[in-house]
Amino acid sequence: MASLKELKNRIGSVKSTQKITKAKQMVAAAKLRRAQEAADAAKPYARRMANVVANLTAAMGEGATGPKLLSGTGNDQTHLLVVMTAERGLCGGFNANTAKEARQVIRCLQADGKTVKIITVGKKGREALKSDYADLFIDHVDLSEAKDKFTPFAIGLGKDLSARYDAGEFDVATLIFSEFKNVLTQSPKALQLIPAEAPAEADTIDLNGSIYIYEPNETEILEDLLPRYLNTLVLSAMLENAAGEQAASMTAMDNATRNAGELIDSLTLQYNRARQAQITKELIEIISGAEAL
Amino acid sequence: MADKLQFSLVSPSREVFSGEVDHVVAPGTDGEFGVLANHAPFMTTLKTGVVRVLDGDVARMRLFVRGGFADVTPAGLTILAEEAVNLDGVDGAEVGSQLAAAREKLLSEGADSPHRTALQEEIDYLEALRSAISA
Repeated sequence: MASLKELKNRIGSVKSTQKITKAKQMVAAAKLRRAQEAADAAKPYARRMANVVANLTAAMGEGATGPKLLSGTGNDQTHLLVVMTAERGLCGGFNANTAKEARQVIRCLQADGKTVKIITVGKKGREALKSDYADLFIDHVDLSEAKDKFTPFAIGLGKDLSARYDAGEFDVATLIFSEFKNVLTQSPKALQLIPAEAPAEADTIDLNGSIYIYEPNETEILEDLLPRYLNTLVLSAMLENAAGEQAASMTAMDNATRNAGELIDSLTLQYNRARQAQITKELIEIISGAEAL
Repeated sequence: MADKLQFSLVSPSREVFSGEVDHVVAPGTDGEFGVLANHAPFMTTLKTGVVRVLDGDVARMRLFVRGGFADVTPAGLTILAEEAVNLDGVDGAEVGSQLAAAREKLLSEGADSPHRTALQEEIDYLEALRSAISA
């Protein structure tokens, strides 16, 4: 049985841990709200962009050779994976889940004899994959300076991807990030960036038989639009990831706070019993001493 | 009363404007164009410039856009802009000081600095913005 002093110290330490996790939870909740607002605000643009891309690709028709970003290199030997995680830990299984998904994709591709290259976004994913796949890393995007402003980073990464693609460094690019379903669920998702897949859920527009006028022409517009579409995809993934990180962090810290509470309760019970036992022992000693006289 | 045009202007970070208007004039890469209600389906790229929203013949709002697309469908006009600001809310003096700061930064950069092109783009953008305000 632990001594009274030991128990008291443990209760104290668990209490201060609980204070920290509680504070972290409240911070995450506040940040989550902001991240969610940012992600929601970016949605109309992404949705409209997807619609435009879908309409344009439909207008190009079957068999037409669009820009390389859309049609691909005709090869799928070299795969580039963009693994997007958080900069910080303390968010439960958030980073681990994305890293696990990435590992699985890498294993599948390697089993098929493909060459895999990795660009990591966010420190945690890089750390998680470093032990097994460090030789596949070709670049890293550090988001620790981003705060809430992801746009320059998304555009930078998008441009970097286009440049690497034009230089023939890879044939297929896939983005692995955490999809923000709701506050309680975030699940890792693989999204093919290049060659761009026309979004399936886009609303097709009924033109009542009239013909679309393109200025300058379809191909030029597509060539201008696809890099931007790429940037938009990267940006919305970053925003979803940020929201997911805060949500996961909030849930993890909420659990930690609750666990600490339970631990404090059981330790307090133990402490009170020990104290009671000691008092009883002292009383017995006094009484039996008095009886002996 | 003529039909109204459903117009929305979105930038990557937010929806800048959405609503019904009479007439929108936008800077296409092949020239400025106006869109009224029931326009034929039309799509074009935009250059940096001012999008004017008109009610009747009165300019209701002037929005400065930096590149993007305009998409006209039977449902209305959608402009996807890389960046968009409402000119009513922009302070000319502030743009001027930003411009001066950017120019100074460009001078202090070395001739082969990788930031040069980005800074030059920024300066061009700010200059266009300033001239749009004074116009």
